[in-house]
Amino acid sequence: MQTLLRTPLHERHVALGARMVPFAGWELPLQFSGVIAEHRAVREDCGVFDVSHMGEVEIEGPRAHELLQSLLSNDLDRVEVGGAQYTLLTNERGGIVDDLIAYRLESRRYLLVVNASTREGDVAWLREREVRGSDVRDVSDDYALLAVQGPRALERLGLPEGKPFTFDESTLDGIECMVNRTGYTGERGVELLAMSEDAVPLWDAIISRGVTPCGLGARDTLRLEVCYPLHGNDISPDTDAISAGLGWVCALGKDFTGVSELRRVKEAGPARRLVAFVLEEGGIPRAGMAIAGGGEVTSGSHSPMLDRGIGLGYVPAGLAEPGTELEIDLRGRARRARVVRKPIYTREETR
Amino acid sequence: MTAAESYPEDLRYHAEHDWARIDGDEATLGITWHAVDALGELVHYEPPEEGAAIERDTSYGEVESVKAVSEVIAPLSGEVLQVNPKVVDAPETVNDDPYGEGWLIRIRLRDPAEAEALMDAAGYRALIDEQ
Repeated sequence: MQTLLRTPLHERHVALGARMVPFAGWELPLQFSGVIAEHRAVREDCGVFDVSHMGEVEIEGPRAHELLQSLLSNDLDRVEVGGAQYTLLTNERGGIVDDLIAYRLESRRYLLVVNASTREGDVAWLREREVRGSDVRDVSDDYALLAVQGPRALERLGLPEGKPFTFDESTLDGIECMVNRTGYTGERGVELLAMSEDAVPLWDAIISRGVTPCGLGARDTLRLEVCYPLHGNDISPDTDAISAGLGWVCALGKDFTGVSELRRVKEAGPARRLVAFVLEEGGIPRAGMAIAGGGEVTSGSHSPMLDRGIGLGYVPAGLAEPGTELEIDLRGRARRARVVRKPIYTREETR
Repeated sequence: MTAAESYPEDLRYHAEHDWARIDGDEATLGITWHAVDALGELVHYEPPEEGAAIERDTSYGEVESVKAVSEVIAPLSGEVLQVNPKVVDAPETVNDDPYGEGWLIRIRLRDPAEAEALMDAAGYRALIDEQ
């Protein structure tokens, strides 16, 4: 028998009529009113996602910075206290153990927000490499995390504008939380980190401000439209950051795990690349489908904004240029797709 | 707007959550509210070709939601007379009206006696209550 973990908001989700599904060992809402309606709410107004399943790891001590600089791909010297950075935990082969956001809480204290499915592995990885003067603690159970995303998110929450990838300590309707200017939807918004026991009043406060509750279904279509990779699908310990198009978060000038392999791939040019594509015929691509010429779909779905099939997949480097026509095997039917520049979806006014 | 749960009395039902509205030697086929609810909003319908032969208990097409794909099982054998163009263009029509505007195909029956193996609304309701 499998026991699924529940977030502090489980009762709230059930009361709202959410369809609950297992995900990374957790029981989470797939949808409330419907994936497409929730997706549109986030693109046009704003929505809230319970992402309390995500892991939080604190690294503290006089050598915390040094430890993370040696294990994470991006350069933490460029992050000041109050700042955050998207970065990768890499292995010796340049593969991606996890992708995460590092928040610099104090000059010698960091918070890493990691994927639920990789949390235990990440903590073990960090602990094995811990040095004297850097203390690694899994504090996931202490916190709830609510992402409020969309063009009207700040207005509805009554929060001031803020620079992306910064955070501050604040309160929402009297509830203390860390307000992070980060997200996974391509929209403006915040991720609110609060103590687990405050999750219910925080959720209620957000909902009472007219924010649409959203599930994992919309979270996936939103991130796919803006081509944010999903660990376990598009990136993994067996895919390197350069081939995945994540060279921009790899500071190849510094020393970190797997850097020499990443330098080599960059120098030689990757044999295959993770590209974004849009279907030019009907049908919906799904992870695992073959792309003619030796490629494979790693994420695929229906784009509610474009109203057609979209996806991410690895293709040989020769097929990776935007505009290249691809042929995808949709359960025995060959369907035409075209490689497009990332992101797949951009709001008209910012194009 | 998504339809409310219903299983009309004038239809015959197949255990794979399909319905048939039989009219002489022709029938209109579709999927039940229960199937639509399990899938969520439909975003793609892969229909059979008009003129194709379909076999009872086997797949004649696919319907897809954002998260899932499902084969559509034929409750009866026959020849495809018409594919519903409205559902090809706007698959969400099935969510809105699964037994009306959201029909999937019309067929000419090969053997009208096959209908005897199908369930009535009460039988189908009993089946989904068990599941």
